Amino acid sequence: MTPINIITSIAAPLPFPNIDTDQIIPKQFLKRIERTGYGDFLFFDWRYDLETPDHVSERKDFVLNKPEYKGAEILIAEKNFGCGSSREHAAWAINQYGFRAVIAPSFADIFFSNAGKNGIILCRLTDDEVATLLKLCTENPQHKLTINLEAQTVTDEQGFSAHFDMDPFRKHCLLNGLDDIGLTLLHEDELDSYETKHNEEFWVAPKALTTT
Amino acid sequence: MSTETNNTPQVVAPRTLFEKVWQQHVVAEPAGEPTILYIDLQLVHEVTSPQAFDGLRLAGRKLRRPDRHIATVDHNVPTTSVQDRLVIADQISNAQVNALRKNCAEFGIEFFDVQAAEQGIVHMIGPELGATKPGMTIVCGDSHTSTHGAFGALAFGIGTSEVEHVMATQTLPQSKPKTFRINVEGELPYGVTAKDIILDIIGRIGTDGATGYVVEYAGSAIRALSMEGRMTICNMSIEAGARAGMIAPDETTFNYLKGRRFVPKGEAWDLAVQNWASLVSDEGATFDRELHIDATKLAPSVTWGTSPGMVTTIDSTVPSIDDAPSEADKKSFSRALEYMDLKPGTKIEDINVDAVFLGSCTNARIEDLRAAAKIVDGYHVATTVRAMVVPGSQSVKHQAEEEGLDLVFKSAGFEWREPGCSMCLGMNPDILQPGERCASTSNRNFEGRQGRGGRTHLLSPAMAAAAAITGHLTDVRNWKFHSKVS
Repeated sequence: MTPINIITSIAAPLPFPNIDTDQIIPKQFLKRIERTGYGDFLFFDWRYDLETPDHVSERKDFVLNKPEYKGAEILIAEKNFGCGSSREHAAWAINQYGFRAVIAPSFADIFFSNAGKNGIILCRLTDDEVATLLKLCTENPQHKLTINLEAQTVTDEQGFSAHFDMDPFRKHCLLNGLDDIGLTLLHEDELDSYETKHNEEFWVAPKALTTT
Repeated sequence: MSTETNNTPQVVAPRTLFEKVWQQHVVAEPAGEPTILYIDLQLVHEVTSPQAFDGLRLAGRKLRRPDRHIATVDHNVPTTSVQDRLVIADQISNAQVNALRKNCAEFGIEFFDVQAAEQGIVHMIGPELGATKPGMTIVCGDSHTSTHGAFGALAFGIGTSEVEHVMATQTLPQSKPKTFRINVEGELPYGVTAKDIILDIIGRIGTDGATGYVVEYAGSAIRALSMEGRMTICNMSIEAGARAGMIAPDETTFNYLKGRRFVPKGEAWDLAVQNWASLVSDEGATFDRELHIDATKLAPSVTWGTSPGMVTTIDSTVPSIDDAPSEADKKSFSRALEYMDLKPGTKIEDINVDAVFLGSCTNARIEDLRAAAKIVDGYHVATTVRAMVVPGSQSVKHQAEEEGLDLVFKSAGFEWREPGCSMCLGMNPDILQPGERCASTSNRNFEGRQGRGGRTHLLSPAMAAAAAITGHLTDVRNWKFHSKVS
């Protein structure tokens, strides 16, 4: 994972609550076995019209297709962003499209976890703060925001300033680009001794081998 | 600290079911970091695993406990014929299934392929095999892993990075969720099922109402449910945003499990039951949040919109934008009404359907098929409707065929299919056409979920069956052939 701290960018507004992972990336792209190449499929059904089964055209009115929002590294949405399925493809698509951060009042649990593992900063702001930013970035697509992970702030040059909460451990991992598996394996001795004892607890073993 | 001897017995603070299971699985609690939680079982399917296996290979890591993994194929597989399933015409799907075959062989995971008697939706086969047991921690790269909580397990869906984490370490770093008990008391009225309970709950608390919580479902209405019904409830916990749903194990649970393949036998069984029986929330245990629901007031539920929280009862009407609980929801209501092509005030019963899907990890168990067959028996699917039954597993399909349910469905004009996830999410060829409207026993009515432009109404199996016969959403409580329904 690449370390991340400060992002300064224009922001794409997507003013809807409960944007689910089926919208972020529809199921037909989940058949691939690769971890990359999902950016083109982000918000597929909202972004493209199907001319024929094999040919699509961009919907001019969708925010990501508007030239003024090209290059946005920040996405702003309403509450419960990323609800639905556990597909990490949603986080991959957001990341690989070029977004580094999502601002919303709340995020669904599994998406929240997936985003963290892919170096995406999720900023939970209040409903009012999100409404303000949605308005600013809709009225002026060139309106730039700065997200400072170290300081846990979202600011602009016109005086907007908001603080977001973040679990200190998640922040540490994002700032340093740390791999979770490596961190867990620092506790391998504890894991070995726990597992030796836990192996005896056959009533929670997936496959009982006792035949008495 | 006092040096006097304290003769009073140590009082252990009352604990919730969740806290008991959590505490038994704590491997380490590093300061300032999430708890490292041991995972007893990881279920694996073709869609969310290939990148995890690749990750292991790239890092040169081993899969720590192959014996704590079970794999099957479900999302991609066609439901038409056995031949169609062995080699899938969609080459990308076929490659994904082949990748799982290869990965399971390479890493030593027990794999139930399409032709195996054990194959089925991953959340069906865990319980059927007895791999799912009370007190376990269970994960899978699928949000409906919450299903297994019906057995008093702590079970939750994870992303592919986490799948890889469990493969490498058999653990997951986890922040401790809060606890939420939902008490459903009283006897369910005629025609009201587990599906209606959970849809009602999601309607009340919203699709983010339980975010950050593990929900324990309790109360006499829950205790009275079969394991099938309990699985339906826990399955849709994620639709309310919950990390997991749990139900304390009891005699119903033990009777379901006894004799299943991966369950202890003989004396070991007795010992296991002793352990499992302690997995209840203690008297006086406190929850971060509680909700009480009067089961006697519930009615059959149907979703009208594009989120499981957009739900109403069969005897009501399509809501208007003004009924939205908040300003943000008004936009969603407006968009949903447009997408669903519905006018506020329309009677729910007047909504015609083009398709009926009886299937998914929510409602494709034997009890669901029996309930639907009772409605269907002796009648025929409306000429305007395409209806299909997709049993959740080979075991359910086999059982249903032994009971003759397949003949009931087939003679009524339903298609009788091979097991898989099918039209719940349409990763295989079973999809809706743009504009088609479907009465579905599945779990999500998101835009395009069952096929681009498709419109989904979630409901119970009996309600889906009734809609198939009449061609429109139908109140099963007024079913004209009332006497045939138990």
